[in-house]
Amino acid sequence: MTRTGFVFANLLRKKTRTVLTLLSVVTAFLLFGLLQAVNVMFSAGADFVGATRLVTQARVSFTQSLPMRLLPEVEAIPGVARVMWQQWFGAVWQENTQLIFFAADPGRLHSVYPEYVMPDQQWRAFEETRTGMIVGRNLAKQYGWHIGDKVPIASNIFPQKDGSKAWIFDLVGIYDGKDEEWQRNTNVGYINYAYFDEANQFGSGFAGTFILRLADPDQAQQIAKTIDARFENSPDETKTQTEKDFNIGFFKQIGDIGLIVRWILFAVFFTLLLVVGNTIAQSVRERIPELAILKTLGFTDGNVLSFVLAEAAVMCVIGGLLGLGLATMIGIVIGGGGNFPLAVDRQVWITGVLAIVGLSLAVGLLPALRASRLSIVDALAGR
Amino acid sequence: MVRVSNVYKSYVRGKQTVEVLHGLSLEIPKGDFVALMGPSGSGKTTLLNLIGGLDQPTSGEILVGGQRIDQLSGGQLARWRARNVGFVFQFYNLMPVLTAERNIELPLLLTGLSAAQRRKSVAVALEVVGLTDRARHKPRELSGGQEQRVAIARALVSDPTILICDEPTGDLDRKTADEILGLVQVLNRDHGKTIVMVTHDPKAAEFARRTLHLEKGQLLEQAAA
Amino acid sequence: MLRQTIAITLLSLRSVPERWGPSLVIIVGLAGVVAVFTALLAMAEGFQATLKSTGREDVALVLRGGSSAELNSGLPRDQATLIKQAPGVRHGGDGQPLASAEMIVIAELLKAGEKTGSNITVRGVEPAAFALRPQLKIVDGRSFQPGLRELIAGRGVTQQFEGARLGETLRMRGSDWTVVGVFESGDANESELWADVEVAQTTFNRRGFSAVRLQLDDASALQQVKDALTADPRLIVDVESEQQYYSGQTRQFRQTIGMLAGVVTLIMALGATFAALNTMYAAVGTRAREIATLRAIGFSGTPVVISVMIESLVLALAGGVIGALLAYLLFNNMAVSTLGANFSQVVFQFKVTPALVRSGLLIAIAIGMFGGLLPALRAARLPVTTALRAA
Repeated sequence: MTRTGFVFANLLRKKTRTVLTLLSVVTAFLLFGLLQAVNVMFSAGADFVGATRLVTQARVSFTQSLPMRLLPEVEAIPGVARVMWQQWFGAVWQENTQLIFFAADPGRLHSVYPEYVMPDQQWRAFEETRTGMIVGRNLAKQYGWHIGDKVPIASNIFPQKDGSKAWIFDLVGIYDGKDEEWQRNTNVGYINYAYFDEANQFGSGFAGTFILRLADPDQAQQIAKTIDARFENSPDETKTQTEKDFNIGFFKQIGDIGLIVRWILFAVFFTLLLVVGNTIAQSVRERIPELAILKTLGFTDGNVLSFVLAEAAVMCVIGGLLGLGLATMIGIVIGGGGNFPLAVDRQVWITGVLAIVGLSLAVGLLPALRASRLSIVDALAGR
Repeated sequence: MVRVSNVYKSYVRGKQTVEVLHGLSLEIPKGDFVALMGPSGSGKTTLLNLIGGLDQPTSGEILVGGQRIDQLSGGQLARWRARNVGFVFQFYNLMPVLTAERNIELPLLLTGLSAAQRRKSVAVALEVVGLTDRARHKPRELSGGQEQRVAIARALVSDPTILICDEPTGDLDRKTADEILGLVQVLNRDHGKTIVMVTHDPKAAEFARRTLHLEKGQLLEQAAA
Repeated sequence: MLRQTIAITLLSLRSVPERWGPSLVIIVGLAGVVAVFTALLAMAEGFQATLKSTGREDVALVLRGGSSAELNSGLPRDQATLIKQAPGVRHGGDGQPLASAEMIVIAELLKAGEKTGSNITVRGVEPAAFALRPQLKIVDGRSFQPGLRELIAGRGVTQQFEGARLGETLRMRGSDWTVVGVFESGDANESELWADVEVAQTTFNRRGFSAVRLQLDDASALQQVKDALTADPRLIVDVESEQQYYSGQTRQFRQTIGMLAGVVTLIMALGATFAALNTMYAAVGTRAREIATLRAIGFSGTPVVISVMIESLVLALAGGVIGALLAYLLFNNMAVSTLGANFSQVVFQFKVTPALVRSGLLIAIAIGMFGGLLPALRAARLPVTTALRAA
């Protein structure tokens, strides 16, 4: 036996109690993992795009399309390396599944988003095929599309010139992301802008929103101001912000998810503190004579403190890791579908581990101190 | 071995201060087996606790094995106890969650011995008390007498110079008590351990070499066994 | 039997204060579960209630075919006129059909304390729009004057967002609009800004409408209107009742919140059950002697079981009530907003309904019963002699 063995032996003193307390910790951290992942998805999920691009939308709303004639003026702004545009297509798959699709120029898309990784040959095919489209890997996987498929996508906004809302595109490329984060965000489809511009019933010249790649990311705020100043008081007022701010702003509108998650987790951990704390306190109370014996044997106050603290820690660590692990597995199962990239990733684990440590201290410290301070003589005499 | 000089001990109970020992002095030579007797409240357990380093005197000196233990701090006392003293109590001796051999091994966790060395010492201790075949049993699977044997083995395992026993047979029937006391006697005679035992049972005191009587915190005349 | 049960139960309940630590665990644990459950579903209820009451069954909403939302829909002027002529539409005192062609534009307002803006629906309306919504009343200021760039703001907008209060000026598309009145309607309309449709059309350079609302003779006339309009070769439209439309718009949100609430509550309930079991096992454990003595005296096993379960139930129910009360006090009628129809904000309030409270308490009771059952059975089955010996 070692000191660790001794700690574990004491935990198994009342097996039912230990198991139930452990399960309580597991469920708490399961919830923690899942909710934190949701929180991260809604708040910090925008970080990975970086600050090298600006998004210029119609000031009134991003749902309003900016006209193509603004392009030369935007391109002429100093500091702007390359400009692309993308028009929201209102794509619908099979009756009522909304998809994220844009009409864009292939060459420009490739240039402004180097993070999209796709074989050159597919980029070329996209450029050359009028009715071509490319989709992200997640999207293709979700619906089982392969290169060469003719995919029928309807638009709930733009009819074709003949009035029909049904469009068909040739899948000529599937793009991936350059790293883990970009790979998670391969849920968007692009159709050829030239075709869209010419074939839609409402006419040509809808650019949608402009996306600008900057020569120097540090200039972002300045360039944004310049652009908006240029179009102020014109019939096409713009609002320009970094891509990251654009994404955040969108998510923020869904609501203060962060607040809701924080409240729930607060309730959960408060209860957990009570549950585990009570268990540890109770088990210390029961063992006062034994702890006194330990001291008679020559274990110091410090030794006794660490024994009790270790018990609390073992419970929290094992339960916490199990809970986080379960959350990760569930996240993988749910996140398999492209539209809900719920990942219990490194960030969540780091906060999780911190929570485990915090919990261990919170529930273990007081009982441990009490145990370390008990007087041998009083304890043995039953006082 | 043990020299207690003019020791006073008082406790604070609520608003009152109670003086339990009044200027007590005694000497216990090495290899002695002393029984401490007296009515309840006489301070015999208090004296035992002081000699064993479980408590500190309010004033006075206590010398054990050449060490002034009244001058040691809490942490130092703990370390001293681990090396020099073995305890046997009336109740609560053993950890219910550990087997007999693991209970005996406990004090050795404070030493730097390897697992193999620890196992060896435990085996020897079990041999001495005659419980080798019960090594893997938990306390609830042992009789009262067997539990005390394990407690004695544990008290011996780190080879202390002095053994402190507080009513070790108080909870046992006559026959078992005699067996235990016989064992303690063997430890004194054959293994040279100095033993201080508190008891209220005159029959138990007969196993010792001499008996000291306490009353109201002071020693009465010594009586030879 | 009954007397035994009552006697034991009272005994155990009286001793609960001694075991206040573990008992608190059950109470707090269940308060947490019920509070979270109630709060989340109150959000869904509130959202649904707001949108549901917004739509009427006897008003038809006509959109361009395949649009699914007013924002995506566009109807040219001539089509709008045709639509208004459909059979089954009630006529007003002037002999004209009671119909309102409306146009949606999105504006951006800042929520108090936020740096990024939120989308708000600006609805250009014809005078008939007010008749079609009798629940809508101007409560402050006045209605906008036709031909002028004036707005009336829904109460929800003035409460949650900045820049659209009475007297303030809003800048849209290079032009200034003044808020001249505030209206209330008790539904999603309160999350909108209204203006004269013709002025809106000229300012935003639009020629058509987003949707046409038709007052039906009665709810059953919907099919008649639908048939007539879809049969017309000049029109490609979708016709449904306002009610159906708004219901459909909320489905996504309701599903998401429903799922979130379900998952969270399930996991929390599981955790609470473990905690309850733990506490009750401990309770039974500390009273093993007491229970065994009772049984040695002559009480049979069943009253013991029942008393343990009652204790667990009482504690759980206490926790549940506290939780429901907490949710009600903290959240009921709290106003929040989220992304609704037309990619713009809908302001709604948390609604803690009696049905919700009932469900929450049922959950508490279920957990209480389960938490008490196993320990109770263990207490009853423990051999008397073992229990008497145990410390």
